[in-house]
Amino acid sequence: MFVTSAFAQESAPSADTSHAATEGDTHSGTSVPAEAHGTFPPFDPATFPSQLLWLAITFGLFYLFLKRVVMPRVGGIIDVRNDRITQDLDQAAKLKGEADAAVAAYEQELAEAKTKANAIGQQANDAAKAEAETARKKVEAALDAKLGEAEARISSIKANAMKEVGSIAEDTASAIVEALVGGKTSKAEIAAAVKSVAR
Amino acid sequence: MAADKVDPIHQFHINKLIPIDIGGYDLSFTNSALFMVTTVVVAAAFLFLTTSSRSLVPGRLQSVSEMAYEFVGNMLRDAAGTQGMKFFPLVFSLFMFVLVANLLGLFPYFFTITSHIIVTFGLAVLVIATVVIYGFMKHGFGFLKLFVPHGVPVFLLPLVVLIEVISFVSRPVSLSVRLFANMLAGHITLKVFSGFVVSLSALGAVGVAGSILPLAMAVALTALELLVAFLQAYVFAVLTCMYLNDALHPGH
Repeated sequence: MFVTSAFAQESAPSADTSHAATEGDTHSGTSVPAEAHGTFPPFDPATFPSQLLWLAITFGLFYLFLKRVVMPRVGGIIDVRNDRITQDLDQAAKLKGEADAAVAAYEQELAEAKTKANAIGQQANDAAKAEAETARKKVEAALDAKLGEAEARISSIKANAMKEVGSIAEDTASAIVEALVGGKTSKAEIAAAVKSVAR
Repeated sequence: MAADKVDPIHQFHINKLIPIDIGGYDLSFTNSALFMVTTVVVAAAFLFLTTSSRSLVPGRLQSVSEMAYEFVGNMLRDAAGTQGMKFFPLVFSLFMFVLVANLLGLFPYFFTITSHIIVTFGLAVLVIATVVIYGFMKHGFGFLKLFVPHGVPVFLLPLVVLIEVISFVSRPVSLSVRLFANMLAGHITLKVFSGFVVSLSALGAVGVAGSILPLAMAVALTALELLVAFLQAYVFAVLTCMYLNDALHPGH
């Protein structure tokens, strides 16, 4: 506005003093209706003061109106829109980050659950194996015990049998000797003889 | 009156609507002033009303206002950097004013304010005055470095400085004449071809048939003028940005 008013005060009189005062006067002196047909209208200095004045008034008001009202408003609209866009982009980025974090957390939990499941499985497997092992050992031990018992019985039976073999052989030998020789032999002689044969 | 209708200059005449005379100066409210007011009202109302809903998702018209705002903003930032943004209201006002004035001028029977050299010169002087005043306010006499480019041999310096000064002084002239001449020439051409259509049609059946050519020409020229209207507003704003850059950074 400072410039506009300065220009209005400055230019209007200068245009008047330089052109209108000299040419305008001579024209009006020679032919007044020349204003309509003589000079080319855009170069007619007689119209300069009025045009400059109204240009200064209209353009000055236009400048003020745009500066005070229109430009803050349009600038405001554009700023608000840009703010809104950046805000929305920020929020979108934030939401994306949150989604990524959720995915990562989910994957971590999944991995943890998997290892845990594996551990539990392994543990159960081991426990089952150990139980099976003890059961097997128990059964084996029982079987061993039974086997030992049986062997002991067999051996005792065998020993008894072997013990009776001597007396049977003595009886048999004394009978054979009686039949063959007809004489009686002492039990001690026969036992010694059986013993020496059994050896 | 018939001569007036086909006279291509007639559209540039200034008529007093409300005569005002102050201290010997003719400050009448003319058709030119009326269209300055119209331009300002149309541009301001468009920008004001289309953005009144402040929609987060803009409608078509709000998009147009925002596009104009960002278009000029980017233009200024590219040319003069972030520091140049303090001139954003000025450049935006200039762009919108010239653009709407050019576009309104394309309507039949409408007055084209940018087809008057004094209007475009006034705007150009406003730009250059801003550059000079701000340049001296910010840099003091350092602003004069604008005329002394770096790396020029000393014996060439007077010549270069002279050329720089001439080029600087010719800026308001070239800035204003470019816009004025484009609008003036375009409207005269348009009027001449449209005048041919009227004149030929008056000659009977053959004339009506023959008037198709200038009619097609007038249609094509209207499209071209629409482009020129936008282009000249753009050029005016771009050059303003570049000149403002000189005020901010006088050293080349």
